[in-house]
Amino acid sequence: MDWLPIADIAGKVQNGELKAVELVRKSLAAIEENKNHDAIISTMEARALERAGQIDESPTGRLAGVPFITKDNFLTFGGKTTAASNILRPFEAPYQATAIERLEAEGAICVAKANLDAFAHGSSTENSDWFVTKHPADPSRVPGGSSGGSAAAVALRMAPFALGTDTGGSIRLPASFCGVVGYKPTYGLVSRSGVIAMASSTDVIGPLARSVDDAALVLDVMSGKDELDSTTIDRDEKPYSGAQEEIAGKKIGVIREYLAQGLQPGVEKIVRESIDKLKSAGATVEEVSLPSLPLALAVYYIVCPAEVSSNLSRYDGQRYGYSSPDAKDLDDSYELSRQQGFGAEAKRRIMIGTHVLSSGYYDAYYKKAQTVRTKIINEFEEAFAKYDFLVGPVAPMTAFKIGERSGDPLQMYLTDIMTVAANMSGNPAISVPAGEAEGLPVGFQIVGPLRGDRQLLGIARKFEAIRT
Amino acid sequence: MSKLSRDDVLKLAALSKLTLSDDEVEKLRGELSEILNYVEILNQVDVEGLQPTYQVTGLQNVTRPDEPRDYGYKPEDLLKNAPAVQDNQFKVKRVL
Repeated sequence: MDWLPIADIAGKVQNGELKAVELVRKSLAAIEENKNHDAIISTMEARALERAGQIDESPTGRLAGVPFITKDNFLTFGGKTTAASNILRPFEAPYQATAIERLEAEGAICVAKANLDAFAHGSSTENSDWFVTKHPADPSRVPGGSSGGSAAAVALRMAPFALGTDTGGSIRLPASFCGVVGYKPTYGLVSRSGVIAMASSTDVIGPLARSVDDAALVLDVMSGKDELDSTTIDRDEKPYSGAQEEIAGKKIGVIREYLAQGLQPGVEKIVRESIDKLKSAGATVEEVSLPSLPLALAVYYIVCPAEVSSNLSRYDGQRYGYSSPDAKDLDDSYELSRQQGFGAEAKRRIMIGTHVLSSGYYDAYYKKAQTVRTKIINEFEEAFAKYDFLVGPVAPMTAFKIGERSGDPLQMYLTDIMTVAANMSGNPAISVPAGEAEGLPVGFQIVGPLRGDRQLLGIARKFEAIRT
Repeated sequence: MSKLSRDDVLKLAALSKLTLSDDEVEKLRGELSEILNYVEILNQVDVEGLQPTYQVTGLQNVTRPDEPRDYGYKPEDLLKNAPAVQDNQFKVKRVL
């Protein structure tokens, strides 16, 4: 069972060859069939079938009748939105995320909500308050995270594409682990209105799909300014899907610091083969040093918890979400609702964030981290003055065993070491499946210049065509 | 080397509006100390002459006209998730 390319599905729905209702049923059947992987938190069958019926009556739109799955931190109608957290267990969204509205306006149909680490805090889905998602190829392993449910859903062909969010690598890491394309756009390219905030200075929304062109088409529909998110930027005037770039003649820098990081041998082999393929296709490839990149994770683990501690302050048990029945007064209600509603990782991040922002520590931690961030950005800018693209691994390893890293928060944080720099700088980056090591997928990371999404998708498309 | 004391953790919990069990306090004391030690590598970085970056695409003070807009939300939609409601308002427990 597989899906046609997204543009073909929409074309066949438009001309009546395919029915949206049948596509939704096919997606729901694939979800049911792969239930044991725990990729999905909830389905929205009734609303999806109702929308499909309407689309079949008037089949228009660039995504007419295309089913999709979204990470459960996007606000949607038709069911609950929980961010895989206990504190949002009862939450029903009163409005939808802009990204969902834009996809629906072009005829796409949301069928289910995918699992994640609660509030997107994690790299494996092991921090989900519901369950751990099992890797598509090996159920004893994690799918990566935090968008692990979305990546597994696409790999298991539950829908042609899924949505994720990437704050420190949460689209690219699970895409690499599960063998699908994962795209992190330039910061601000896709509106985050209606997406549950984690770290607002790095959060982006992006697609997980089976091909670069499918991901680009979804980006075409979602991207661009939105008055409900004041950080949004203008999209490229030309479409992202079908973008043409030639590998021949391009200058490509291989990030030296990422190859020096103790890669799992199977990962290193595939990354080096991918680099050789780019050379064979005519690119000028050389190693480039961005010496501050290994610091990005330390920067992230100050900036991210700081912003998390602020963004999670709204969960206080008064207006929505879990509210402790044991509270005697208002202050008690805040504290007990948060104590009982938040999981261990959310509490850890709130506490670290509160520490680094507190009086007497702000300059030493938060301001220092944001200044090192400038250094990282400057190094990216210097590198992109010389190279068209930067490449390297997505992560040092393939999908690890459930439980292997979950006992030690710092070990888990280190899985993001090669993805997080692009979040600190805002640059677009993609994970493209490049091969397998001992039966597990390995992604190849390509990073583009800020706002260079179209060029990046164009080159990723060419890489996809020449890969193993 | 940063080492948080038990009192440090309790103070942070109070600022964060979290009640922690004794086990959680001890566990977080160790974990937070370890994470804070890791980020101390930033102290060795020379950032002479650099300014902090808070926004990566250079946007500043994005404003729009201060006019009411109708997004079509009904009060009952916005109140439907509240644990307690009275007279179309959120109802909270006593403050004092």
